[in-house]
Amino acid sequence: MSDATTDMSGGKSAPAAHGSLLSESPLMKKRNAAEARFKMYGLLAIVIGLVFLIFLVVSILRNGLPAFTQTVVNVEFTLTQEQFDEAESKMLKTAAYTEYFVNDVTQTLQQRGLDVDFDGDTIERVMGKVGGDLRTFYRENPDQIGQPVEFELSAASRVDRYLQGQLTRDMVVDGRFLEVADLDLVDALAEAGIIGSAFDWNFITGTDTGVDNPGGAGIGASVIGSFFMMMVVLLLSLPIGVAASIYLEEFAPKNRWTDLIEVNISNLAAVPSIVFGILGLAVFIQFAHLPQSAPLVGGLVLTLMTLPTIVISTRASLKSVPPSIRDAALGVGASKMQSVFHHVLPLAMPGILTGTIIGLAQALGETAPLLLIGMVGYVAREYPDGLVSGLLDPNSAMPAQIYTWAARSDEAFFEKAWGGIIILMIFLLTMNIIAIILRRKFERRW
Amino acid sequence: MSLMKLTATTAAIALTATTSFARDNVQVAGSSTVLPYASIVAEAFGDNFDFPAPVVESGGSSAGLARFCEGVGENTIDIANASRAIRENEIAACAEAGVTDIIEVRIGYDGIVFASQIDGPAFTAFEPSDIFNALAPMVMVDGALVENPYTKWSDFNADLPDADILAFIPGTKHGTREVFEEQVIAAGCEATGAMDAMIAGGMSEDDAEDACLAVRTDGRSVDIDGDYTETLARIAANTNGIGVFGLAFYENNTDKLKVATMSGVEPTTETIAAGVYPVSRPLYFYIKAAHIGVIPGLQEFANFFISDEVAGPSGPLAAYGLVSDPELAATQQAVMNNVTMN
Repeated sequence: MSDATTDMSGGKSAPAAHGSLLSESPLMKKRNAAEARFKMYGLLAIVIGLVFLIFLVVSILRNGLPAFTQTVVNVEFTLTQEQFDEAESKMLKTAAYTEYFVNDVTQTLQQRGLDVDFDGDTIERVMGKVGGDLRTFYRENPDQIGQPVEFELSAASRVDRYLQGQLTRDMVVDGRFLEVADLDLVDALAEAGIIGSAFDWNFITGTDTGVDNPGGAGIGASVIGSFFMMMVVLLLSLPIGVAASIYLEEFAPKNRWTDLIEVNISNLAAVPSIVFGILGLAVFIQFAHLPQSAPLVGGLVLTLMTLPTIVISTRASLKSVPPSIRDAALGVGASKMQSVFHHVLPLAMPGILTGTIIGLAQALGETAPLLLIGMVGYVAREYPDGLVSGLLDPNSAMPAQIYTWAARSDEAFFEKAWGGIIILMIFLLTMNIIAIILRRKFERRW
Repeated sequence: MSLMKLTATTAAIALTATTSFARDNVQVAGSSTVLPYASIVAEAFGDNFDFPAPVVESGGSSAGLARFCEGVGENTIDIANASRAIRENEIAACAEAGVTDIIEVRIGYDGIVFASQIDGPAFTAFEPSDIFNALAPMVMVDGALVENPYTKWSDFNADLPDADILAFIPGTKHGTREVFEEQVIAAGCEATGAMDAMIAGGMSEDDAEDACLAVRTDGRSVDIDGDYTETLARIAANTNGIGVFGLAFYENNTDKLKVATMSGVEPTTETIAAGVYPVSRPLYFYIKAAHIGVIPGLQEFANFFISDEVAGPSGPLAAYGLVSDPELAATQQAVMNNVTMN
């Protein structure tokens, strides 16, 4: 192309021009200008891309980082044996714990002589949901009953947002969840150092909570859910994908059938993921009677989605191994299988692994198929206790958990969703970096 | 070779694991309006009992009841949440799949509120007829049924703001839509005389009732198939937009939403409990009786859900915005004795 254009312009301008090559003819000017313009367009495209990237990263960090800090209330509380027995005898035990706690703390704080009027209701609105934490603590440490214990408990989500500056006084409307007057107490407590902010480990290690307890919600259980799903995907799609591509690439006869399979694999790679979700619901849950919301089913569905990616990348890397390697192996008397497994496959491995990791990263961020197999909602509510339970007990996955949080009415959950995005991005970034390192380190060029 | 062995082992693990599986947690699915309450109870149930917390999925009343009616067995759900009562055809579909014994549980009431952007115009004079005039395809103008000519709220009610009509209403798969149709649109249809005009125009009464529920399709009425968060996002982007929300959702977002009164009454748990606020609906869940005693914790979860401590006026559900049911004691008795729907 470029040769043809130079020839043509050269042919045109040569007879007319008398000047030297150093002075620009009008046509040459035009061509240089076109090139300069093209470079500008390219640069502009890159700048626009960068601006979007910066915008995305900044907004994710700005919205998500608050999820990692938490407003905590440091208070001393003593639970007597009688209170413990009475609370345990009730239907709603956690509410009894909350009541004892709120009464005790109200008294303690009133004795400290803060300059603010408040009562038990105020304390209840300022504190997050404490009953569950208290009950777990005293059931695990019965020796602490009757002794003063220093607790660090999370504050209510609106107090958290107020202290982090996302909620201002004039935005607060007196309501069931917070009253403007409560903020005076919050200010006084913050001044006295009773309320402060701390890194929220619970967000990383915790489980999902009910909609009235955003302070206690964590992404930990769904990270484990994602992990089990990825394990299923890796254990199934890597061997199946590699075996299929080796057969297709090295052993299969080239005929209409293998062509058909090839076309189908390329098509499968382009099928929208929600289709695999519907397939998973119909085949794995309704037909094969696998349990609902189970990471095993999620893993199987994502395996279907990842297989074509792995097959395509594996075939590409097998193809890139030069035929001379195979010929040399066959020439010294190796069987076809020996030539493949001893020579071709090891050389293709970096490419295969890169493809697998990228396929896994894609599967890790996938939400659509999980919607249909029951992973959205209040699902990731406890940690599995072992391998079988990890595969079969209901659990969510990171992207599904993010989706669930984003749909809840309390804005604190929205913040959690952004925080979850940061965690998900860290995982994806790590996986992609590993893929790049593998490729850089082991890739051979011929 | 080792690769093949690996595949074979994985498949074997998967197979043995499924055959030995027995579900030990309760599975719940359905209405996104009931979901918040169900998740609160599920978390509290896990905190207070030695059973694992139930799994609560979303999806809408109709979708939940459809899954409920898939059959009896461990891989079907135990409880369907619904923001409307189960329909005859759903009971029939259930029976066909072998789900014959269903326990109906009413957990309380939820208010349906109309709210607009906090910086937008205030709607303080709504009557059901106004919503009908704004959203119906055919309305009464000067005693005749004509194609809806209105583009602004003030066109038909001078007390309403001079703002473009734009309403975000729940999509047809939501139970909220049915209540919205029955208590607002149908009421408005009758009040404006449109229904009588339709019957006078030769329609049968049933046809006229159906025709009343239609909404205009010129883009001024938008169906929201997602949940309230989506409605909120739409409202945030449209100053004049008005949306339909649950009371608890509105109370969680008072810094972004301004509530509209209906027939002069502001929606609160008190006005709804007293029956003064006209638009409210009961919330239900349905239990598969065949699963009681098979799925551990199902009976306990149902009892716990409607106990006074949880669903009563001072419980956590009321604290979140549920209007508690004055007849809770009767419901508790019915659940305790596993009274199924005829």
